[in-house]
Amino acid sequence: MKTEQKRAEMIKEISGVNPLKCMKCGKCSASCPSYNEMDIKPHQFVSYVINEDIESLAESKSLWKCLSCFACVERCPRDVKPGKLIDAARQIVVRERGRNYLLADEIPELVDPDTPQQLLVSALRRYRR
Amino acid sequence: MQRIGVFVCHCGTNIAATVDVKKVAEMALHEPGVVHAEDYAYMCSEAGQELIHKAIKEKHLTGLVVCSCSPRMHETTFRNAAEKAGLNPYMVEIANIREHCSWIHKDIEEATEKAVILMRAAIAKVNLDAPLKPGESHVTKRALVIGGGIAGIQTALDIAEAGYPVDIVEKTPSIGGRMSQLDKTFPTLDCSSCILTPKMGEVNAHPNINIYTYSEVESVSGFVGDFTVEIRRKARSVDMDKCTGCGVCQDKCPSKKTPSEFNRGLGTRSAIYTPFAQAVPNVPVIDRDACIKFKTGKCGICSKVCLAGAIDYDQTDEIVTEKYGAIVVATGFDMIKLDKYDEYAYSQSKDVITSLELERIMNAAGPTGGHLERLSDGKAPKEIVFIQCVGSRCADDRGKSYCSKVCCMYTAKHAMLIRDKYPDVNVTVFYIDVRTPGKNFDEFYRRAVEEYGVNYIKGQVGKVIPQPDGKLLVQGADLLDNKQILKEADMVVLAAAIEPNPDVRKIATMLTASIDTNNFLTEAHAKLRPVESPTAGIFLSGVCQGPKDIPETVSQAGAAAVKAIGLLAKDKLLTNPCTAQSDELLCNGCSQCANVCPYGAITYENKEVNDHGIREIRRLAVVNDALCQGCGACTVTCPSGAMDLQGFSNRQILAEVDAICR
Amino acid sequence: MSIEKNEEFRPKIVAFCCNWCSYAGADLAGSSRMTYSADVKIIRVPCSCRVNPMFILRAFERGADGVIMCGCHPGDCHYTSGNYYARRRMTLLFSMLDYIGVESGRTRVEWVSAAEGAKFSETMHEFVDKITSLGKNVRLEDLRCRNL
Repeated sequence: MKTEQKRAEMIKEISGVNPLKCMKCGKCSASCPSYNEMDIKPHQFVSYVINEDIESLAESKSLWKCLSCFACVERCPRDVKPGKLIDAARQIVVRERGRNYLLADEIPELVDPDTPQQLLVSALRRYRR
Repeated sequence: MQRIGVFVCHCGTNIAATVDVKKVAEMALHEPGVVHAEDYAYMCSEAGQELIHKAIKEKHLTGLVVCSCSPRMHETTFRNAAEKAGLNPYMVEIANIREHCSWIHKDIEEATEKAVILMRAAIAKVNLDAPLKPGESHVTKRALVIGGGIAGIQTALDIAEAGYPVDIVEKTPSIGGRMSQLDKTFPTLDCSSCILTPKMGEVNAHPNINIYTYSEVESVSGFVGDFTVEIRRKARSVDMDKCTGCGVCQDKCPSKKTPSEFNRGLGTRSAIYTPFAQAVPNVPVIDRDACIKFKTGKCGICSKVCLAGAIDYDQTDEIVTEKYGAIVVATGFDMIKLDKYDEYAYSQSKDVITSLELERIMNAAGPTGGHLERLSDGKAPKEIVFIQCVGSRCADDRGKSYCSKVCCMYTAKHAMLIRDKYPDVNVTVFYIDVRTPGKNFDEFYRRAVEEYGVNYIKGQVGKVIPQPDGKLLVQGADLLDNKQILKEADMVVLAAAIEPNPDVRKIATMLTASIDTNNFLTEAHAKLRPVESPTAGIFLSGVCQGPKDIPETVSQAGAAAVKAIGLLAKDKLLTNPCTAQSDELLCNGCSQCANVCPYGAITYENKEVNDHGIREIRRLAVVNDALCQGCGACTVTCPSGAMDLQGFSNRQILAEVDAICR
Repeated sequence: MSIEKNEEFRPKIVAFCCNWCSYAGADLAGSSRMTYSADVKIIRVPCSCRVNPMFILRAFERGADGVIMCGCHPGDCHYTSGNYYARRRMTLLFSMLDYIGVESGRTRVEWVSAAEGAKFSETMHEFVDKITSLGKNVRLEDLRCRNL
């Protein structure tokens, strides 16, 4: 299996999402609070996974601009949940980089005072292992 | 011993592509009783039936097994073919090797093996088949239509025109249904009431039609041709014979604060009311929950002002029992509740409304007198946003999985009418897809865009945020421009999904008509029998069967009427001969079978029997063939094994089990 | 029991389907090309209440590995109340079968309407998987027929 195909499969597995259920309504992009900060928009995540272009997702700004607020997950009428897809993509990137986790002591210096607290909370929840 | 012929159908490649039909036919010859086996491309065709005919004659066959599609499809075809060749039609069994085999398996070897087993089971069954003769039952030449909307009205008129009496049962005080609430209709922009009220008047005046408004079906028993229905006529508190419909009582009624159901709660009505001015019958109803007389005992103004003396506070519910040959369900639809879609602020702002509410606002007889205004402050809106697919096409449990079908068109209609009457109002429609399959439908939608300048944006709305200044901030996506849009609107209109009237489930249960998970009634065949329920004698009209617009509803209503007329025109119906029968020597008269019989088809008689030379009088179960529907409940209940079902006998089913497990 | 044995094992499964809902549901699964295992063989009965416990015992006696009975959803029976009788009868029968050594996983009652082709195919998938994992059934025997 090609790497990109494998990565796409892994995203589907981690997120538990079937991207083929998407009907391209755009409600995710309509709900997203950090839409303007993103280069790949939430509704596009799905087609990147379907087209197995995970590299572009991994390189995108969106990967780190998603707040994991889950507004798109909550409102998606098709149970596709783009927020979960991007979360899974992040997970893959982190796994591929190896266990280069931050130490708790290093965090305060790195945190931009403008970073939304929700992102921190979700990051801690996600990466506490 | 039977002489059985086995006929294996290729169904083109539908069966032959995955089942080795030659092998199946060859294997058949090894089965007991089989004297003839052949395969053919289309067994149901004229030529295929000719093969069957020839084989029956030449080989003196006594039983047939046809390995083909589902018996629900062509059992009748092959039974008729057998009958033409002089064989009893009930000596035919079908092995379903298409729906239950070739269409669901891919491996040829596996599918062939299964087809052979299914064939063996059918052969085992036909070996034990006995000739059966259907009985006859009479047809009550009267039809019942449940629901008095456009579907029910059209069906009733068509049946009545053919000369049969029809009763309409309508739950609300007037017939008219949803269509009476609409302002204009697409794609011609006729005024809805202008085309509906003449039909309502026609129904009211028709000598063959009897309307029970403010009534509900209480119970249904019987079967095709002979249904007995109890109808509850709720206490109207007004004598229908005396009332002249002058309307004075409604004007004088001091209790005027009840939200009007007809205006979707946007206006109020009095406690004694007719839902709308053109109501049929034009006789008011007292809403006892709102009436001061009923709540406190003091008032009685309506009674004092009524010159006809029609007010009757002591009226009670009345049960009418009537017999019908056919029943048409036309229970219609309602909008879904929007409490699960809080992101659109429907419950937070009065200016977020549903499309049906907009219909009432735009209607001259509506709460605003037909003037387009915000319900919060009465101001004229300058910016209106329409949101499509609210609750339609949902995969989660918040909405419905289906497309509601009518929303794209009525939204184009609303947008066009608003732009026409108020050219200074901007109209924006957020859509996922615009679906306009229908005559002149796409042209209609294109006119909204090209001639009326309605702004269509491909993308859904994520959130509607009410602002302190009363505006509504709409956050949506424009997928073609890849932009997120923030738009201030004065009014937001939600194209909420439609759902079958919630009462339909109760009615389906009474009629034993199948219903799907979305509460739409199931048709007997999705393509070939779209207006009939699988339950004989029950017909479907309008949205109760699936989402549809007015022209489609009217066509289906006519089709349902034709099917009902076809039934009523018959003097006798052939009954299903697969009925239960009791073995006199085994029956001990215990009454258990009669207790489980849903049709009251089993009675007891004292009969003389000859049991191995001993003559005695015994109490025995006797099945009335005309009443028995052949469910088989009694056969399993019978402790002595005396009851058996013809056509599905114990020995036959056991033989099938044996053949499958061999 | 070795795993290899299990791989070759093709269970014999008998499905009783009522004519009005489940048989139609199975037809819908077929016309929608929703696949399920060929190990399932369907017997058409007018109503689930026509299924005599005797039929199920006979199936196990003749070497069936699983028996499933499908009928209309409660309240939707074409004959008004047949599936209620069936439900009660099967509850008793299945508990008795479990007692005599036919695991409860080998018997199942499922309500499938005429519109639920997908549910029919899913149910059959699940049931076949379950029976395959349980392996070959102990054949019920009539001891009186045994040569002692």
